[in-house]
Amino acid sequence: MNLTHFFLENREQIVELTLEHLWLVGISTLFAVLIGIPLGILSAHRPLWNKPVLGTANIIQTIPSLALFGFLLPVPWLGDRADRLAILALTLYALLPVIRNTYTGIRGVDPAVLEAGRGMGLAGRQLLLQVELPLALSVILSGIRVAVVVSVGLATIAAAIGAGGLGEFIFRGLAMVNNQLILAGAIPAAILALSADFGLGWLEKRLRPQ
Amino acid sequence: MANNPVIEFRDVAYVLPNRQPLLSGLNLQVQRGETLILLGRSGSGKTTTLKLINRLLTPSGGEVCVNGIPTSDSDVIQLRRSIGYVIQEVGLFPHYTVERNIALVPRVEGWADERIRCRVEELMKLVGLEANLASRYPHQLSGGQRQRVGVARALAADPAILLMDEPFGALDALTRDQLQREFLSLQQRLNKTVVFVTHDLREALRLGSRIALMDAGRLITVLPPSEFVRSSNSLAAAYVQAFEGGLDSVSNRGPS
Repeated sequence: MNLTHFFLENREQIVELTLEHLWLVGISTLFAVLIGIPLGILSAHRPLWNKPVLGTANIIQTIPSLALFGFLLPVPWLGDRADRLAILALTLYALLPVIRNTYTGIRGVDPAVLEAGRGMGLAGRQLLLQVELPLALSVILSGIRVAVVVSVGLATIAAAIGAGGLGEFIFRGLAMVNNQLILAGAIPAAILALSADFGLGWLEKRLRPQ
Repeated sequence: MANNPVIEFRDVAYVLPNRQPLLSGLNLQVQRGETLILLGRSGSGKTTTLKLINRLLTPSGGEVCVNGIPTSDSDVIQLRRSIGYVIQEVGLFPHYTVERNIALVPRVEGWADERIRCRVEELMKLVGLEANLASRYPHQLSGGQRQRVGVARALAADPAILLMDEPFGALDALTRDQLQREFLSLQQRLNKTVVFVTHDLREALRLGSRIALMDAGRLITVLPPSEFVRSSNSLAAAYVQAFEGGLDSVSNRGPS
């Protein structure tokens, strides 16, 4: 009944599932960033896009996670491998905070700075790369932080469709009414979430403009 | 060449997308080397007029020519880089040091590093900024210093035209006075074509070669300062009276 003993005995599997978990979260966050930041920029620059983009991301957020995994299961190429499916679902959930914070960050840039930049003859791209994105960076990063923390939690549910990750321990533990197993999944997941929160929070603070 | 205006407004109108007219029937010429003041209250159309020159706004009717070429036919990026622009809020990039802020246009124009460094040094001296401020960030500067950086940034690529939108409006009276004096001596040396927006008659009289008085989107009259103060135009007279009233009010207050 010793938890430490259990952890030591199963350390290989714990490490393996933690890595799987990190992989699911890492890849889906990467996709969410690659898709979400351009969408956030688009909605900040084109008011017409703002409502549909943020609205869609909002609606996705309201779908219960287990249901979303279930919905996606019958999709041909996706359904073949559980991890693909899990990554897609996690990406979709991570989109909203990334899009919303990119939008907020860019809209929050001082209009006088933008006007000066435009008046000095910076082209749209230069304005985006030299002014808008650097000044919005800390806000965007805080969106990514929220996305990562939420994903770490959500990714445990991915085990329900066989995508692996720390959720495997939790589901197994639930089925076997074994608290040690549940904790073997929950504790590393909590540590992951906290360290991601702390690490990205630290980065965010460092990048915040004065 | 002497009579070719550097900037010319030909029957220019500007209407907002919601059809509210901001400017109509504007005809105005700015000559090489002069400081033309656009004077008027807020909403009179002076800032709109200024923004039409570097095409931050495009005219709804008529045309604006810079060096004889309609702004609508010129490359907007090149046009803006050839015109210095200073605004009241300064709009320095908060994440750039003073040095990088001043070097903004030379850098995007692809100047060599050494040339940029020399130019920044020269400009900081020109606008009266101490060299040790170069590595500071805008939030570490005083209002007057920030505005000096704004002027240096606008002058960086040596544009022939300078647009200034109430550049000294947010400064305290003493700093404003000092910057106005420096502006005059700078203008004597550099001889730029300047269009300067203000609502302050004192500033207009002090800095302008000519004063263009605007009201409700129309140009009322254009006069040199010496004639402006004697003008029979009712609006100009009202300005002068209000200004003199300000001076008189001290002596007229009586014992308090």
